[in-house]
Amino acid sequence: MALLVVVAVAVIRLKDLFAVVMLSGIYSLVSAGLFVVLDAVDVAFTEASVGAGVATVFMLSTLALTTSREKASKRNPILPLVVVFITGAALIYGTLDIPPFGSADDPIHRHVAPRYIEQSPEEIGIPNIVTSVLASYRGYDTFGETVVVFTAGIGVLMLIGGARRREDSDKDDKP
Amino acid sequence: MKHYVVLRVVTRLLLPMIFLFALYVQFHGDFGPGGGFQAGVIFGAGVILYALVFGLHNARLLFPPSLLRWLISAGVLIYAGVGVIGLLLGGNFLDYGVLDAHDPVHGQHLGILLVELGVGITVAAVMITIFFAFAWRGR
Repeated sequence: MALLVVVAVAVIRLKDLFAVVMLSGIYSLVSAGLFVVLDAVDVAFTEASVGAGVATVFMLSTLALTTSREKASKRNPILPLVVVFITGAALIYGTLDIPPFGSADDPIHRHVAPRYIEQSPEEIGIPNIVTSVLASYRGYDTFGETVVVFTAGIGVLMLIGGARRREDSDKDDKP
Repeated sequence: MKHYVVLRVVTRLLLPMIFLFALYVQFHGDFGPGGGFQAGVIFGAGVILYALVFGLHNARLLFPPSLLRWLISAGVLIYAGVGVIGLLLGGNFLDYGVLDAHDPVHGQHLGILLVELGVGITVAAVMITIFFAFAWRGR
């Protein structure tokens, strides 16, 4: 946890975007380790492969297209700081009502979770309950997520891939 | 990258393991941690590594953009298709229990396997496509 804070502060302080990208990769890797400690192996898996792996490469290739220096901000930071403090205070005030962490009587442990855990072996019959919840009980959500990924890919294709092809065809036309 | 012998050799050793691991995560997701999303990302990362070390041109020969565009839609269609088949067999949308007439649990197995396959295909194709789009433009 302390390592996460150190990396986050370094990301804010640094002006060199290349180092920032590398540090955010490290941040993802450390949080993946944190998830393993919390026994959330599936989430850790995703965080390590997406956050530390692919996202870092994407950010680097974006840097190759743009610039690797952060522009100096000319705005006065006082007003945003006040807004952030007020929002943070409101959120912390909201956490006071949350039931104690890890207690078995929490609403989240009493709603649908017991049914999933008890019925999943008979109804779905696969050992990994995370997968059975994701793909079967929450199949609609996962379908929506797949469509989101699909839309993201199409969006990038339309924004970047299409423009490039037009330039290519221009070049083909000239000679 | 032609001169970096160490990188090329190590990558050549690593790539089969990465792809094998992606397939393992894909089809073993029912039993251990993992699933379509993670497998797709690992597979995409493998292709990206190949493109970084052996050149974008070779990677695009391996996965032509037209094929990728096909795969992106194919994954979503597999997922939706499983749901529609469930509808046709008299169940609800995305109700896998009806896929096997004799044993609903087998139907669930089959449905989850197919659905995860669809997720994996779409995610891998999208990851590769995004990388190609960025890298191709930066040349």
